Amino acid sequence: MSGLLPSFFGGFKVTLRQVLEPRVTHEYPKEKQPKPPRIHGRHVLNRYEDGMEKCIGCELCAAVCPADCIYVRGKDNPPDAPVSPGERYGFVYEINFLRCIHCDMCVEACPTEAITESKMFEFSFVSRADAIYTREELLVDDDGLPQHLPWEDWREGEDQHTSGWMRATSPAGSAEYEGRVQWSGELGYGVRPPEGGQSGKRDDEATGNISVRAVERTKIPRRAGGKVI
Amino acid sequence: MGLEDLSHNFLTGQLEELVKWARRSSVWPATFGLACCAIEMMAAGAADFDLARFGMEVFRASPRQADLMIVAGRVSQKMSPVLRQVYDQMMEPKWVISMGVCASTGGMFNNYAIVQGVDQIVPVDVYAPGCPPNPQTLMHSILTLHEKIRTGEITRRRAEGRGAGIHLDEEGAPTPGWVQPLARPVHVATPK
Repeated sequence: MSGLLPSFFGGFKVTLRQVLEPRVTHEYPKEKQPKPPRIHGRHVLNRYEDGMEKCIGCELCAAVCPADCIYVRGKDNPPDAPVSPGERYGFVYEINFLRCIHCDMCVEACPTEAITESKMFEFSFVSRADAIYTREELLVDDDGLPQHLPWEDWREGEDQHTSGWMRATSPAGSAEYEGRVQWSGELGYGVRPPEGGQSGKRDDEATGNISVRAVERTKIPRRAGGKVI
Repeated sequence: MGLEDLSHNFLTGQLEELVKWARRSSVWPATFGLACCAIEMMAAGAADFDLARFGMEVFRASPRQADLMIVAGRVSQKMSPVLRQVYDQMMEPKWVISMGVCASTGGMFNNYAIVQGVDQIVPVDVYAPGCPPNPQTLMHSILTLHEKIRTGEITRRRAEGRGAGIHLDEEGAPTPGWVQPLARPVHVATPK
C-alpha cells in the first residue's frame, strides 16, 4: 500500500508540473497565428497602379493547374475602353477553391504577375457553389487590396503584401544570394526587404520578423505582433 | 426534434434556443480521418489549437455517440459504403464537415478511384477548402457550423441566376439584366 500510492498519484505530478508551463494554444478565433511570408492562401487578381487589370487572358494558369480548378476565357480588349494593357483580357476568371490545392503553379506561370496568393486561408463554405470565385471577387479593389468577402476571416493588416510573389526558382537557400531581394515589386508597397538565408539573418527593423533560429519559440512575443518565419 | 413543428410561445421558443445552445456547445466529432487531412484534424485537437475550447475534444470512435462527422481526406469508391454506414449509425441531429478539397470535390484526384465530392454520399453542411486545410481553416468551418446550428438556417450566398459561369450567353457577353452583385446577402458570420 505504501508503494502503491506514490505510483498511483505519480502521474499527477506531470499534470501539475504542466500547469506552470506557458500556454501554447493559439486562441484562433480571438487571434491568429503569425504566418510565414511565403504561405499560400486565397488568390487575388492584381491590377496596375492605373487600375488596369494585369490579367491578359493567356490561360497559362489554367493550363498549368494540376487540379484543373481554374477556368479562364480571354477576350479582345474593347478599343475604346481597354481592360488590360495587352491585346486581350481575362473576361471570365473563375477558381474553384474546393479543387485548388494551393500549389502556386499558376502564380509561377503567370507572365504578368496578375495572379498571386494572399496569406488568408481562414474561410469555409456552406455550399459548393460558394467556392467558385469569379473574377469580380478575385480582383483587388482600387487600392490594390483584396476584397473581404463575408465568409472569409480577414484581420487587420492581413490584406497587405498580397501582390508580390516569391520567385520559387531563385536559389533562396544559397548563401551567396543572402540579402538579395527575391520578391517582385508590389503595388503600393514597393519592394519587400530581403529574406534571410541560411545564416538566419533577418531585416528585423524593416519587417518586424523574428527568426526562429535566433529566438526560442516559447520566447516569441506572439501577442506583440511579431512574425515567426 | 419535434420542436420545429410547434407554433412557438415564449416557453418553447426559449427552450429551442436552449437546445440549440446545448447542441452547439458540445459537438462531438466522429473520427473519420482518411488521409493527410486527418493529421491536421489531429493537430486541431491537440494542445496547439485545442478543440476543447469549443467543447469538441472528444473524438468518438463510436458513431452513436458522435454528432459531427469530419470527413478528412479523399474518399475512395470502396470507402464510400463504409462512410455512409458510419453516417447512418450516427444519431440525429448530426452534421458533416467535408474537410479538404479531396473530400469536397475530389480535388486534384479527378479519376475513377476517388469519389468526386463526399456530398454524393452524405449531406455536407460545411466545406473546408485547402490541401490540407490547416487547423485554423478547420476551426473556421467548425465555427461556421456552430453559427449554422445556432441560427438554424442555411443562408444563400447569391440570388437565383447569379452563380458562377451562368451569367454568360453564347457570345460570351453578360446576359441582359445581369449586374455585378454589390450588396451581398447575409452569410453566416464569422464569430470574432
